[in-house]
Formats: sequence, C-alpha cells, structure tokens
Amino acid sequence: MQVSMTVNGEEVTREIEGRLLLVHFLRDVLGLTGTHWGCDTSNCGTCVVWVDEKPVKSCTMLAAMAGGHEVRTVEGLAQNGELDPVQRGFMECHGLQCGFCTPGMMMTARALLNENPDPSPDEIREAISGQICRCTGYATIVRSVRWAAAYEADRAEAPAATTTGGAP
Amino acid sequence: MQVPAPFEYERATSVDHAIGLLERLGSSARLVAGGHSLLPMMKLRLANFEYLIDINDLHDELGYVEVRHDEIRIGALTRHRELLESDELAEAFPIFRDAEKVIADPVVRNWGTLGGSLCQADPSEDLSAVCTTVGARCVIRGRDGERVVSMTEFHRGPYETAVGDDEILTEIRFPVRGGGGSAFEKVERRAGDWAVVSAGAAVWLDADGRIADARVGLAAVGPNTTGLPEISAALTGRDPSEELYDEAGRLAAQGCRPDTDMRGSEEYKRHLAGELTKRALRRSVERARERG
Ligand SMILES: Cc1cc2nc3c(=O)[nH]c(=O)nc-3n(C[C@H](O)[C@H](O)[C@H](O)COP(=O)(O)OP(=O)(O)OC[C@H]3O[C@@H](n4cnc5c(N)ncnc54)[C@H](O)[C@@H]3O)c2cc1C
Ligand code: FES
Ligand code: FES
Repeated sequence: MQVSMTVNGEEVTREIEGRLLLVHFLRDVLGLTGTHWGCDTSNCGTCVVWVDEKPVKSCTMLAAMAGGHEVRTVEGLAQNGELDPVQRGFMECHGLQCGFCTPGMMMTARALLNENPDPSPDEIREAISGQICRCTGYATIVRSVRWAAAYEADRAEAPAATTTGGAP
Repeated sequence: MQVPAPFEYERATSVDHAIGLLERLGSSARLVAGGHSLLPMMKLRLANFEYLIDINDLHDELGYVEVRHDEIRIGALTRHRELLESDELAEAFPIFRDAEKVIADPVVRNWGTLGGSLCQADPSEDLSAVCTTVGARCVIRGRDGERVVSMTEFHRGPYETAVGDDEILTEIRFPVRGGGGSAFEKVERRAGDWAVVSAGAAVWLDADGRIADARVGLAAVGPNTTGLPEISAALTGRDPSEELYDEAGRLAAQGCRPDTDMRGSEEYKRHLAGELTKRALRRSVERARERG
C-alpha cells in the first residue's frame, strides 16, 4: 500500500506493507535513526515521536495509521540549525549519559513545555513516567527540562538580549 | 523484532462504512482504535487478522463527552487523555479522573480509547471497572441498528464481549442522579503498570444522608471486571460508617475470584480488594457530602 505523511515538515510518500510499524518506517525506510527502538512493548518510550504534535510510542502505531498526519521526530527539533532549548538543556545539565532514552525524553519534554511552559519537577516526572532511562539519570533529565523552561521564560522577557539561561 | 503477521489495512470514513467493511470481511477483520492493546497482541502473534480497519478518522463522530442533567454519554473513540481532562465529567463523576490519572502513562493515554479498553475486555482493565461501577450501558451498532446492553451482558469472559464480528461499540451511557459521589483506588507495582487490584465505588445519599444506592466495581480479581450486587444490597438504606465500609470490604474480599500470578498472591489480592473497596467507598461518601 502507499502511505503519505509529513515528517519534520517534509511530505513523504512510500510503498509499504500494512503491518510496518511507524518506528521502523522512520528508521529503516526514511533513515531517520534518531528515533530509537528499545523494548518493542510500549513500555520504555525511547521510540516516542509526535503525531499531530501529540507524543506517541511509535513501536505501537502502524506507519499506515500516521498517513495524512504530521510526524515530528528528534531530527525535527532543531530549527534553522539552532538547537531547541530542550536539547540545549540536556547538554547544559547532563540530561543524557548513554543517550539511548534521550530522543523519546526530549520529544515528550518539548510537548510538555508547549502545553505547560513552567512545569514543576513533579509535573515533569509525571510526563516522562512512561519512559525509562536505564542509566537512571532522571534527576538530570528533570533539571534539563527545567533549564529549558527557565531559558524560554528569560527569552520571552528579553527577546533581544542573548541569554545564557542557567540551571534553575 | 516483533512484527505483526501480514494484513491488509483499510480506513473507515464513517461508522456505517466501518460496519459495511466488517460485514464484508467477517471474522478475518478487526477494528483498530488506539491500537495500544491490539498491536502488542498482534506483534506477539497472539492475535492474527487478515484485515485491520482503522477507525481513528471517526474521532469527530465518536470522540465526545456529553454531560446532560440526567445522563452522560461518551463516544467510544474518546481517548484516555480526553476523559482525564474533561472537567464536566470530573465534576459529575470524579471516579473517571481518579482512574485516568493511573491508567498507563501520559503518552499511552494520548492514543488509547474508551471503546478499545472495553472491547479488549482484559480482566485488569481499569475503565471497565469504572463503567461497571457507574452502571454504564454500552451502545452497539450493526447493520440493523443499535442495541444497548449492560456491562454484565457486555463482558462475556476474558477478551470476549457482546460485540459481534460485524458490529461496533459506539457509545457508553450512564445516568446522573443527585446526591452522588464516586472514587477509584488502584494498587500497581510501579507507575503506569496494570493494576494488582483496582476498585471503583459510587454512592448516592438521600436527603437524610443515608445510602440510597451504592455500587462497587473491581478489576484484576476475576475473569472480567466484577460488579458486586451483594455490596449494593448490604449498603442500601444504611447510614455511612466505618463499620459499614468494613462490611463492604469483607464482601469484596470474599466475592472476588483472584488468581495468584506475577502481580501477587490470591490472598494479597483479596486483601487489596477489601481495603481498596473500603477506601473508595469512604472517599465516595465524603465527596457526596461535599457536593451536598
Ligand atoms: C504500556 C501500557 C500500559 C497500560 N496500562 C493500562 C492500565 O494501567 N490500565 C488499563 O486499564 N489499561 C492499560 N493499558 C491499555 C490501554 O488502556 C489501551 O489503550 C486500551 O486497552 C485499548 O485501547 P485502544 O484504543 O488502544 O484499543 P485497540 O488496541 O485499538 O483495540 C483493542 C480491541 O478493541 C477492539 N475495538 C476498539 N475499538 C472498538 C470499537 N469502537 N468497537 C468495537 N471494537 C473495538 C479492537 O478491535 C481490539 O480488539 C495499557 C496499555 C499499554 C500499552
Ligand atoms: S520501543 Fe517503543 S516503547 Fe519501547
Ligand atoms: S541516558 Fe542512558 S538510558 Fe537514559
């Protein structure tokens, strides 16, 4: 069957099998290997991408189901060559160790900040509660997301000034 | 790598179209809503179908929470997240928000649906316990029109429902009565996991503060979610009290049919059924009183 969708802003059309899962479509057909694939049982969340701006575990969605929709992956977080504040937060606060859980964590974090620009540490923990960091770096992930929230709040206040943010 | 066996993928454009496809394809076809129960089963090859009919495009038609003064109607394609976020629903029946906070995790809740939860008929499904508790009735549509069945009729056994091969669940409905309060309690091994045991309660108080009606629904302690009419009978007409909650808890612990498995022993689950029933009843009564 043929499927068409928008991935990171670009229209793609491919011939696929109905049973192809979205995670394999992204990784194997489109070569977007930023989205990771771990447990395969919708428990670890490393495969989280957005479909119409809502995070989904892409190991548990058919590529065909995403047809006609807008998909965004970790490759689509940076805009115009500039890292998303969530990505910068993970750099500033050591939000990753081995990096395996990172793409899913960042996609969920970005979606959270879009809805709630100033989440509490508990709200961040709740948002990523379906995702596993096997390096157990949860405290630094929470800090990274707080960093991004503070950075964005700063930037909103002083749009012209270049700000370095700072860990809250 | 887990991949489902090959199948043909079709998209339904309306409820009638979905029914037409199901009629043509028979038992070789299955509906897919959120896919968060069906796809894992197909990946493990516990389920194999020749056709999957995607009903997600019917969200406009089947995704809604309608709170009326005497009845609530919820469309089958309403997602967990929409149930969680509906203030009107939480106001009338807080049991839904209690439950949705602890069903799976936020990402899964973005996709899983009410209809998929009920039709999956997993004995551990929390929303089935909620629907049993509130006395929901299920609207099933086929070529010849609609029929409405109770939750007891709906669940025929583990993973088995009253929905025929060429039918679709479209809605659940349940009555709104004055003086009501409801609550949901769950014990799970870790955040986002299925219940070891969960319990819902709904209580309606009369003008004198006495229990006019009470219902309890349990999950993960029998072949299907379990409503316990003996608890309703024991509570009706009585004044709420700790002793009464104890009595209800004893009935729940005795009346359920848990099995020992990796989530806990039969004995522990009976203990939980009793304790969670008490807590849910206590909180329901508190809420009924707060609302006056
Ligand atoms: C990691 C994880 C954790 C979870 N934890 C919990 C939990 O703690 N508690 C809990 O209760 N649930 C839990 N779930 C299950 C979750 O609630 C699912 O989303 C839900 O069971 C199924 O909804 P769905 O829309 O994804 O159904 P699908 O997988 O699309 O469908 C399930 C079944 O229902 C049928 N179906 C779907 N819609 C209809 C309809 N309208 N009419 C007729 N048949 C229909 C399908 O054909 C299929 O047989 C969990 C799931 C996952 C992946
Ligand atoms: S690979 Fe999808 S949740 Fe683990
Ligand atoms: S950084 Fe290694 S799994 Fe999270």
